[in-house]
Amino acid sequence: MNRLKSLLISWEALLVVLLLISIFIGSVASPYFLSGFNFYALTSNTMEIAIMALPMTLIIIAGEIDLSVGSMLGLSSVVLGLLWESGHPMWLAIAVALLVGLAGGYLNGVLVTKLALPSLVITIGTLALYRGLAFVVLGDQAVSDFPTSFTNLGFGSLPGTEIPWSLLIFAVLAVVFGIVLHISRWGRQIYAMGNNKEAARFSGINVSRVKLVLFMLSGLIAALAGVIFTARLSSARPDNAIGFELYVVTVVLLGGVNIFGGRGSLLGVVLAIFIVAIVQNVLGLKNISGDIQSLAIGLLLIMSVLGPNVARRIQVVIARRRLVAGSS
Amino acid sequence: MTTTSQDVERARQHEQVSQSRLYRLINRVRELGLLVVLLLIILFMGIQAPRFLSIDNFEQILLSIAILVIVAVGETLVVLTRNVDLSVGSMVGVTAFVTAYFFKQLPDVNLLLGILLGCGLGLALGIINGLIVSYGRVPAIVATLGTLYAYRGLVFVFAANTTTQVNASDVPSSYLALATTQIFGIPALILIAAAIAIIVGYYLHASPTGRQLYAIGSNPEAASIIGIRKDWLVFATFAASGLLCGLAGVLWGARFATVDATDATGLELQVIAAVVVGGVNIFGGSGTILGAVLGAVVLGTLQNALNILNISQFWLQAIYGAAILIAVILDAFITRWLQRTILSRRKKA
Repeated sequence: MNRLKSLLISWEALLVVLLLISIFIGSVASPYFLSGFNFYALTSNTMEIAIMALPMTLIIIAGEIDLSVGSMLGLSSVVLGLLWESGHPMWLAIAVALLVGLAGGYLNGVLVTKLALPSLVITIGTLALYRGLAFVVLGDQAVSDFPTSFTNLGFGSLPGTEIPWSLLIFAVLAVVFGIVLHISRWGRQIYAMGNNKEAARFSGINVSRVKLVLFMLSGLIAALAGVIFTARLSSARPDNAIGFELYVVTVVLLGGVNIFGGRGSLLGVVLAIFIVAIVQNVLGLKNISGDIQSLAIGLLLIMSVLGPNVARRIQVVIARRRLVAGSS
Repeated sequence: MTTTSQDVERARQHEQVSQSRLYRLINRVRELGLLVVLLLIILFMGIQAPRFLSIDNFEQILLSIAILVIVAVGETLVVLTRNVDLSVGSMVGVTAFVTAYFFKQLPDVNLLLGILLGCGLGLALGIINGLIVSYGRVPAIVATLGTLYAYRGLVFVFAANTTTQVNASDVPSSYLALATTQIFGIPALILIAAAIAIIVGYYLHASPTGRQLYAIGSNPEAASIIGIRKDWLVFATFAASGLLCGLAGVLWGARFATVDATDATGLELQVIAAVVVGGVNIFGGSGTILGAVLGAVVLGTLQNALNILNISQFWLQAIYGAAILIAVILDAFITRWLQRTILSRRKKA
């Protein structure tokens, strides 16, 4: 247990080092990197991904995955735009968009828990389904005439600072999720489920209910990210946030969460969010397009799992050599 | 206490004996079910729009799914071993763009050289996937989600340094002819896809290696214990998937003639839909090439029907998603139902 703890601590220490290195590289690469406005741009650009990473962390620790988050974001964004365009008040449009996310998450959760189907396939299916529905609802159109009071949520920052509102939302949510995962009884149950589902069930944890709630939470948060995304771009399009699942899964795994469940911490994920945000930002400052940026993110995703695996193998080889040398 | 543990042991043995029989039954039920669905669509469409029933239209349907079938054959191999390859769309995109650009730059080059280049490139990308999954011990879903975007990024890097788009007028007509040639009145594209499906399907069914793939998917640990070289075979299926994507990319460039960096984006969803609808178990160990081909045919027929009924193509992706979900849910129910009937029959006996 102690060794496990020290391993976790060292992964997070590694992330802090990586974060410092990326800040250093960023400040060398561009004179604009350390400006207040760039801090605003860097954070507001990533906050949708960041808040979706919070429930994803819990889901992956519980031994499942939700690949449909980007599509749920797109669908709720489209619903929001459509309701506003057809003359409904903004608060109602936002409320319905959040409900759509909740419903999407509920469908994911019911299929995974009630029918005992693998979340991987189910959420690939709903990834296509929800994105498809977004296209069905809005076709190739876009809604963009949102009121400034709403777009301020995406554009604006806390009065007198360069801190975007979305960063504040993320910070509050991160604290809540941190408490749930690391302090509450729920958090212990999530770790237990991820380590051994059967044992968790036999020790009286309602695995199905916890998982259902996690998937609903993921849908709700994805919809909230959809509202923020729509406000920030001032545009509701069916292809909003295509491929965001890559970024969300990448920050969670880079944050040290085990893809097979049972291990990881929210602190690591928060550190990883800022590392990925800086990588994206620096590439953007260097005029590298989003499509090529995703090459870097894809590699980062693979490296974040491959790196520790290779390191462990090398450790094993070295240990074996020592054993052989010692016995001869 | 001892009796119960013996009972459990006996029950487990029964379960394992019936497992292969169960899978075979499931395959038969699934393939028959797909045929019924297909007939229903054809019947419905025949009444709604008689021109749906023309030979021309059937050829159109088969033509539209030929490339999908080639990719789905490779995906089936991967899924059988309890893995998944999400990067297929990007691999097809890379090879389509690079091959088309190659022919644009060297219009007089031997056709075979370009085809080999495309296939070799696909194979190389597949080998990278295989190395990461089999020897790097990265779960397939993570590895290929990463390469899905990494390979797509490669096309954009390549396009940024060469040209944004290759047009039909830029490439030699001999390359475009790959997709339009007819042999005995049947488009070559359909024949190529059929040949690949038959060869791989037979190989999977009859060769020891083919059976070993099923064994790996049914129980990876047991497969290792009885001496199946699991890592090597899983690696090989990813390489094969890459190779087939390479060939599909070459044909993609020939068929669509105008190629840019976004080509074949999202193809992975169609491929996985075809494979899963075709009854290939996503947990590995069960499913056939015939099933995957039938799955592709059903999806292609649906798409064609939407076209003829003038329903917006925007419905397509939603239908793919719904098809994946329905297929997986049906599989779960059929498996449970068959398990129960086999068990109750055994009790009577």
